[in-house]
Amino acid sequence: MQVNLRIRRFNPEKDSKAWWGDYTLDDVSRNDTVLDLLNRVKWEIDGTLALRRSCAHGVCGSDALRINGANALACKTLVSRLSSGAATAAIQIEPILGLRVIKDLIVDMEPFMDHYRSVLPYFINDSPPPADGRERLQSQEDRARFDDTTKCILCACCTTSCPSFWANEKYVGPAAIVQAHRFIYDSRDEGAADRLKVVGDTFGVWRCRTNFNCTSACPREIEVTKAIAEVKKVLATGEI
Amino acid sequence: MATVKTHTFDAVIVGAGGAGLMAALYASRNANVAVLSKLYPTRSHTGAAQGGVGAALGNMEEDHWEWHAFDTVKGSDYLADQDAVDILCQDAIDVVIEMEHMGLPFDRFPNGRISQRRFGGHTNNETKKPVTRACHAADRTGHMILQTLYQQCIKNKVNFFDEYHVVDLIRVDDTVRGVVAIEIATGDFHVFQSKAVMFATGGWGRCWQVTSNAHSLTGDGAAICLRRGIPMEDMEFFQFHPTGIFKLGILITEGVRGEGGVLINGKGERFMEKYAPTIKDLASRDVVSRAIYLEVKAGNGVNGKNYVHLDITPDTVNHYFEKDGEKRRITREDIEAKLPDIADFTRTYLGIDPVQEPMPVQPTAHYAMGGIPTDVEGRVILDAANTVLPGLYAAGEAACVSVHGANRLGTNSLTDLVVFGRRAGKHMAEFCQEAELLPLPANAAAEVIAEFERIRHNQGSVKMFDVRNRMQTTMTEGVSVFRTDETISTAVSQLQELRAEYQNVGVQDKGNIFNSELLEAWELGCLLELAEVTAVSALARQESRGGHARDDFPERDDAAWLKHTLCHKVGEGEYQLDYKPVTLGRYEPKPRVY
Repeated sequence: MQVNLRIRRFNPEKDSKAWWGDYTLDDVSRNDTVLDLLNRVKWEIDGTLALRRSCAHGVCGSDALRINGANALACKTLVSRLSSGAATAAIQIEPILGLRVIKDLIVDMEPFMDHYRSVLPYFINDSPPPADGRERLQSQEDRARFDDTTKCILCACCTTSCPSFWANEKYVGPAAIVQAHRFIYDSRDEGAADRLKVVGDTFGVWRCRTNFNCTSACPREIEVTKAIAEVKKVLATGEI
Repeated sequence: MATVKTHTFDAVIVGAGGAGLMAALYASRNANVAVLSKLYPTRSHTGAAQGGVGAALGNMEEDHWEWHAFDTVKGSDYLADQDAVDILCQDAIDVVIEMEHMGLPFDRFPNGRISQRRFGGHTNNETKKPVTRACHAADRTGHMILQTLYQQCIKNKVNFFDEYHVVDLIRVDDTVRGVVAIEIATGDFHVFQSKAVMFATGGWGRCWQVTSNAHSLTGDGAAICLRRGIPMEDMEFFQFHPTGIFKLGILITEGVRGEGGVLINGKGERFMEKYAPTIKDLASRDVVSRAIYLEVKAGNGVNGKNYVHLDITPDTVNHYFEKDGEKRRITREDIEAKLPDIADFTRTYLGIDPVQEPMPVQPTAHYAMGGIPTDVEGRVILDAANTVLPGLYAAGEAACVSVHGANRLGTNSLTDLVVFGRRAGKHMAEFCQEAELLPLPANAAAEVIAEFERIRHNQGSVKMFDVRNRMQTTMTEGVSVFRTDETISTAVSQLQELRAEYQNVGVQDKGNIFNSELLEAWELGCLLELAEVTAVSALARQESRGGHARDDFPERDDAAWLKHTLCHKVGEGEYQLDYKPVTLGRYEPKPRVY
């Protein structure tokens, strides 16, 4: 099939503002991913196209993009999901929103990473580990409690689909809350109080308006809105 | 011409996957360390590892590190150095517990201990049956290791230079002075002056057409070392993982077979019963990949094509459990809980639900057993006499200790990363306490800047994409699961032609900011050299051992070839082969039967 690909372009060394580049690709398979198409543009048509990519199967989180208006990983989005079955399809690709565009599809990830780092996203437990030198024990039920939020790959699909983040970049955002949740609900962790101070702040969870964009956007199918609600509940009730 | 900025650290670690991050945690306790990565650390390919990290915790049943060591040596087809394997398997237990203490969310057994599953080649040495040794967090164990180590680095305020692409090592005679890197966001060159340098840059699966490896796995660290006079060890041994998704190469963990999954050919036969009567589908990866290749060659591929089926549907698995006299049974829910990512991959990319239908699989280029030669402290060695180059370290897939020999066992890559990453990090910090910071040579970055300017302004009309495709086809046809003198010789001459054509590769992007085309072109140069070293090393080794299977020399030949290859680059396209003895120990080489 044929795909008409419309890509948002911006080269700070040449362009004063962003523009749309149109590329027609023939012999596209419905099983091709959007990353396959972008690679074809870069390798066969225009080498100057800039994008991040690495694993190409949805586990590294490099290629979060706005594809036909919705956030997704390019390598996990198949052409078949974007076309009706007709012989041609139109696909529009933009950088994710709310972060400064550096070049073409590449955005500045530092503000996102700063929010991530702000929630103390690491295991805190100053008690001595078991005297027998072995692992801390954890029941299967306790382990299951935070399983969902351990899947996060920090791709930023959720945070950059969130209207509250678009409205105010100081909002810590869904990804950082997911990371906080992963530790708050880990029975072995002792840092919940410090983390709750961060996510309970003015720019924390209360900015969430539960519109579920984050949950729809997550390529790891994490129930992001639910995780945020669980953190809100801890803040409201004081009980984990 | 871009500007050059200079930084000074005690030690520079290149690469931020499992080995680099573990080394960073340890080295930064006693030294001023910078970690440079061409990716954000959490994008590293350690995160794609699925099934587990091997350690004889014995949480479910009897196990011993010595059993793990024997399995590793046997898996290596007796080419691994047995002193290094002992360290791997002893340290594994401690380092897995350490990662649990760092918060790593391992799955749990009902008694609250770390959950373990079966994996290929890991056995109870007395009964010869599979043993539960792979410690796992669902089928995203690598992801959890990468996340946990990165989290600890944040906690311990490790200095990161994200999206800094290291392109050269500054070596003066037998001393190390630092590295040269490009800041990808600006195109500026940076010189990092340091007492010690460690390469933890991963593998080079992108030399082949069908691979489980990320686009970024282009062997930069190994190629840089090769260019700076370090030999490459055992490069002919590259692992083809038996179960990559047909055509795409995406990895389907051996954990699928650990949970009971079976390989079925086009005739509906569980063909591994023929090739490995005792442990069947859980034989070593080289054995299973060859079996798939032979089945396809015999016309037993599915639908006459070059793939077979991997079947984890409960009906099939329980049928074979019953047939094998095993008490356990699996359900759909077990598959969803233990293999969620696998289910997601096959649903996303194939439209196949693995709880209902088998998955089409074929061998996929997966892992470099060979690489930068090191001792058990991660120190890079220069020759067959094990002469150390002071200050230079390597760990992880980029390195060859050698604990994997001719074939790596599943789960031992993650074990290798954390065990030898930790040892190298500790040793590097000690080295930095004693060593002096040596002055930079004049124009330390000039040579590599000139190479980049050559590529940037090349008027040649050869397309990078075209050269890379042809290299991948050449390696797939000539230096794959099986090879012969003829196929490898053809590959060597084609790679020589491609190296010449590479000199005429031009790029369209002449800019500085995020010029990923220029960097990709440079990476292709790394791949081409490593492909050539692989082919040259493979051509010389006239025997079959582990991942190196020669149709024209089908037997292992211990009298002539129980030795490691060292391939030195002595000029453009000129390589010299040398050999060094294998360190034996408790386990005498024996025929390898599963």
